[in-house]
Amino acid sequence: MNFKRISVLTAAATAGLMIAGTVQAGATFDAVKKKGYVQCGVSTGLPGFSATDDKGNWKGIDVDACRAVAAAMFGDASKVKYTPLNAKERFTALQSGEIDMLPRNTTWTFTRDTSLGLNFAGVNYYDGQGFMVSKKLGVKSAKELSGASVCIQAGTTTELNLADYFRANKMEYKAITYDSSDETVKAFEAGRCDMLTSDQSQLYALRIKLTDPNSAMVLPEVISKEPLGPVVRQGDDEWFNLVRWSLFAQINAEEAGITMKNVDDMMKSADPNIRRILGIEGVKGEFLGVDDKWAYNIVKQVGNYGEMFERNVGEGSALKISRGQNALWNKGGIQYAPPIR
Amino acid sequence: MADASPERETPAKPRLLSDPKFRALVFQIIASITVAAFIFFIVRNTLTNMESRGISTGFGFLDRASGFGILQSLIEYNETSTYGRTFLVGLLNTILVSVLGVFFATIIGFIMGVLRLSSNWLISKLAATYIEIFRNIPLLLQIFFWYYAIGFNLPGPRQAMSVGDSLFLSNRGLYIPAPVFESGFMATGLAIIASIVAVISLVRWARKRFEATGQLFHTVYASLAILIGVPAVVFFSTGAPMHLDYPALQGFNFQGGVAIIPELFALVLALSIYTAAFIAETVRSGIQAVSHGQTEAASALGLRPGWILRLVVIPQAMRVIIPPLTSQYLNLTKNSSLAAAIGYPDLVAVFAGTTLNQTGQAVEIIAITMSVYLVLSLIISIFMNWYNAKMALRER
Repeated sequence: MNFKRISVLTAAATAGLMIAGTVQAGATFDAVKKKGYVQCGVSTGLPGFSATDDKGNWKGIDVDACRAVAAAMFGDASKVKYTPLNAKERFTALQSGEIDMLPRNTTWTFTRDTSLGLNFAGVNYYDGQGFMVSKKLGVKSAKELSGASVCIQAGTTTELNLADYFRANKMEYKAITYDSSDETVKAFEAGRCDMLTSDQSQLYALRIKLTDPNSAMVLPEVISKEPLGPVVRQGDDEWFNLVRWSLFAQINAEEAGITMKNVDDMMKSADPNIRRILGIEGVKGEFLGVDDKWAYNIVKQVGNYGEMFERNVGEGSALKISRGQNALWNKGGIQYAPPIR
Repeated sequence: MADASPERETPAKPRLLSDPKFRALVFQIIASITVAAFIFFIVRNTLTNMESRGISTGFGFLDRASGFGILQSLIEYNETSTYGRTFLVGLLNTILVSVLGVFFATIIGFIMGVLRLSSNWLISKLAATYIEIFRNIPLLLQIFFWYYAIGFNLPGPRQAMSVGDSLFLSNRGLYIPAPVFESGFMATGLAIIASIVAVISLVRWARKRFEATGQLFHTVYASLAILIGVPAVVFFSTGAPMHLDYPALQGFNFQGGVAIIPELFALVLALSIYTAAFIAETVRSGIQAVSHGQTEAASALGLRPGWILRLVVIPQAMRVIIPPLTSQYLNLTKNSSLAAAIGYPDLVAVFAGTTLNQTGQAVEIIAITMSVYLVLSLIISIFMNWYNAKMALRER
């Protein structure tokens, strides 16, 4: 009779899976709205991008990407739950629906955008790959690094760029790949490798994890383009639009001079551009399926792009990275957003 | 009697369901159909969902260029090789670790198992302590321990410890001279093969003679003489067509020679020490399973203690030891996938790790990887079952 019970259970389980299986792709927006929070895939700890502070709160510009979406959708930036992922797990977690969006210092590439069933919603940080070496080596340029051992995080574009760079310059190298960036730092510190390679922003973040940050230096060469941005699943354009325009709203707000502090005063502004961004006239939030004050909520609770940058990776942070390429297009950088109108 | 038979036949029809054979058959059919339907549903559901989400499927990616480097490769590999090649590199690295691990684990395990039964109190307690410590600490922690304790505490390449400028030990690994064969080496190679064949036939002949006449022939010394002497004579008479490639510090690392990377060393060490603790217990139980009467009988026949162990105890103990030993070999092979934790480029790290991430073909790659471990395990099982059948008690 046990046999019978098992068969019945199996049949029931199969039926249950069939129902689960028929849930259609393209319903992320509705699902997020219904459950009341954004499930956000972040790194396992990269200062400035996504890391927990001493009170256990997630901080960083990738974290703020999720908070901005939550602010637009729910009017409350705190309606976010985080899933820490390493580089190897991240796409599977998004593809399988475990998370709703993936702002995890992820480089926008052709293969990822076209063959993984994913879409990149924008660029929240323009980065490039660099090298960190121990000062003891006395190396001034990456061109002197032939024959070096390199510590690297597995499952990144970094692995490919490194191979390209050394091949193009006819140099030899040995790559030691670890699962997490913490391990690469440990191995670098122990001298297992001569240099550590990663996106420049990460190098600065990883350098402050060293026991003696001054013992290492970041070389001037930048060997690749690494546009980092939030990723969503294909098949739900509503959700894609919301994630994309949450970022654009922040960039537009900076351009228009709307900040966390002055956003309430700006509500009285006569400037039609500002009035449109803040949802007072013209543009309606319903096009995105959210409240008219969606952009107001983002700026009020998360800040504009510049504020977010300075707070997490800029002068207001331990990383002290200058705006560089990430300055607005009219201030010498390449951050640019289509107008809200 | 004629009256009774219809009485017996009428209730026979409803009995079909209560017939245990028929019922068993029905339930087996239902169960098989359910399982088949379940698998069919899973596969179809996966394919449909992957297609609707625009995730590309298929095995075409194996022909594309990989574009990344791998730390250790037993075959020719560079960044322009295909993903199919990365699979082979990873597979060979996994097999290398498994073979080395099985080899050392068996040796350490047998020694420890025998020492555990030593009549010397100190030796037996030392063996027991070893077994209890390493058997009861999670393997992953042991791997980290050996890697961080040994690999990270060695000096850098410029301060490497060296033996006569040919062996170098640093945190980049152990560098040893590599033999480079020249054109005339073929003759020596043939001589080695010939001497191995000669030794095998010598041992067979000696055994036959022993069984026929009872006279002993010391094969050990004769074999050694053949194995070393014949190739050596050929080697030098053809003008020593081989030289050694010595490792030398050049720039950041050693160049030349053969490198044993710390990742490989730590992994093999951790796997063999961990598995050996289990094998030791298996060996101990196997030896203890041989009744003491056998030892006494053998000693009454005048056999020396070493012979008793070799001719009476071990052959009988092997029958008890081999089945659990097979499980330990299987465990070791599968445990080698923990390599990814310390950056050793095994199948899981290279193929189910980097390759998966660069191509995004998760379903295909995980399926391939799982089948590989299945096939490896089945091969080990088949071999050990054959060995077990060979060692089994032959009843005449």
